[in-house]
Amino acid sequence: MSTETAQAEVKKPAEGLLSKRRKGFITDPLVDNNPITIQVLGICSALAVTTQLQPTLVMAISVIFVMVMANLTISLLRNTIPSRVRIIVQLAVIATLVTLVNEVLKAFAFDMYKELSVFVGLIITNCIVMGRLEAFALGNKPYDSVLDGFGSALGYSWIILAVAFFRELLGSGSVFGVPVYESISGLFGGEFSLATNGLMVSPVGAFIILGLIIWVQRTKTGYVEHN
Amino acid sequence: MQQSNAYIITFSIILTVVLGLLLSGTSQVLAPIQKKAVELDTKKQILGAVLAASDLRAMKPDEILDYYEKRITSKVVDIDGNLVEKDADGNAIIAENVNVAKNYKMAPEKRLYPMFIFHEEGKPDASEAYIVQVYGAGLWDEIWGFLALDTDLNTIAGVTFGHKAETPGLGARITENAVQDRFRGKRIFDDEGNFQSVAMQKGEGRDYSGEDHKVDGLSGATITANGVNAMFRNYLQAYKAYLDKLKDSKSEESLALN
Repeated sequence: MSTETAQAEVKKPAEGLLSKRRKGFITDPLVDNNPITIQVLGICSALAVTTQLQPTLVMAISVIFVMVMANLTISLLRNTIPSRVRIIVQLAVIATLVTLVNEVLKAFAFDMYKELSVFVGLIITNCIVMGRLEAFALGNKPYDSVLDGFGSALGYSWIILAVAFFRELLGSGSVFGVPVYESISGLFGGEFSLATNGLMVSPVGAFIILGLIIWVQRTKTGYVEHN
Repeated sequence: MQQSNAYIITFSIILTVVLGLLLSGTSQVLAPIQKKAVELDTKKQILGAVLAASDLRAMKPDEILDYYEKRITSKVVDIDGNLVEKDADGNAIIAENVNVAKNYKMAPEKRLYPMFIFHEEGKPDASEAYIVQVYGAGLWDEIWGFLALDTDLNTIAGVTFGHKAETPGLGARITENAVQDRFRGKRIFDDEGNFQSVAMQKGEGRDYSGEDHKVDGLSGATITANGVNAMFRNYLQAYKAYLDKLKDSKSEESLALN
């Protein structure tokens, strides 16, 4: 990525590396234009992987990697990609990156691979990734595209991590595998125990948490969907 | 910008070749590491049948391999209870490398049955548990497991399960320690020495502590539980001949000692 930034510096001495416009690429998708809560994209994986924080974190990192790299690649190739086959080119690039992630997981984090490989594979069909390629990377310079991909992926990541936090806490009584409920019960002696909510472990729990997050967020930002 | 067909085809070919090379290159480079990861995972599952999950989790990969090396001796047996040491081409068969999924497709008489003996450190004869490998079908895809028998070759010392695609929260619960612990202390033979296997019952939450061959079931995952039962019945029956031989040799030993 360092060569990328250097290039951008040479080409655009007038615009700062993190000018206001570029900061917007990263901050916009976090809240105001969040891919999950505003655009309601990528819901499938948000529901599937979020029962526990650890796999969710791995998933988030994978999505960030795939989006940044895919945006970069497509942006670099944007003037050579034939427009009639651009969708399939985007798919090929995404699929390759996702397969790479999957192979690396299999080699270095086998437990995570066993748990996540199905969902990592599904990043290929994650609408957020392709949406950003089509809407942004095809028409913008590499550095801007990298920022845009990073921002969108971050917007996706913090939402699934938030959902996973509540689902793991309420459903399994732990955070990152650390048994929180047990320690709380320990403080109050043997009689006292907190019950976990089985609903949170099932996908329904993710819908409820996600719905609540969207509700709170839209109340705050005043966002209304236009018909 | 409207490109010619020739351009599109050339572009597609170049893209395919570049991406293909990238993928096959990565796969080549990572293959040995992945193989090690799979091997470690198998050994972890085998040890999981005899060790507490928390103990196993506390061990580093090297420690697990080392521990496995010191404490496990593996053998391969056939359905008649004979040791199989070489395949048809005369190559040595290693129990850890036996592909149980491939064997499952063959007739039971032709299958190879790996056997892992858990013993005191450095003393292969001082066995503490006998671990057998089981395999079968769950609801959506394959399920497998390792079952450890105590030295009486009857009482279950522990089990571990793995699955490919059981439903999370329902069938996938067979990988949870709480579910696997339910099998501990159950017996596969009755008092007369007849084979009974163990079976998960329909429904969940009942107390089967007095029953030797019944295990509390999985609510909402009866098909997975039935798969577990079938897998135990099939494979334990196949291992029975070898277990009988072991028992005989044991009773001879104790006679000799007397």
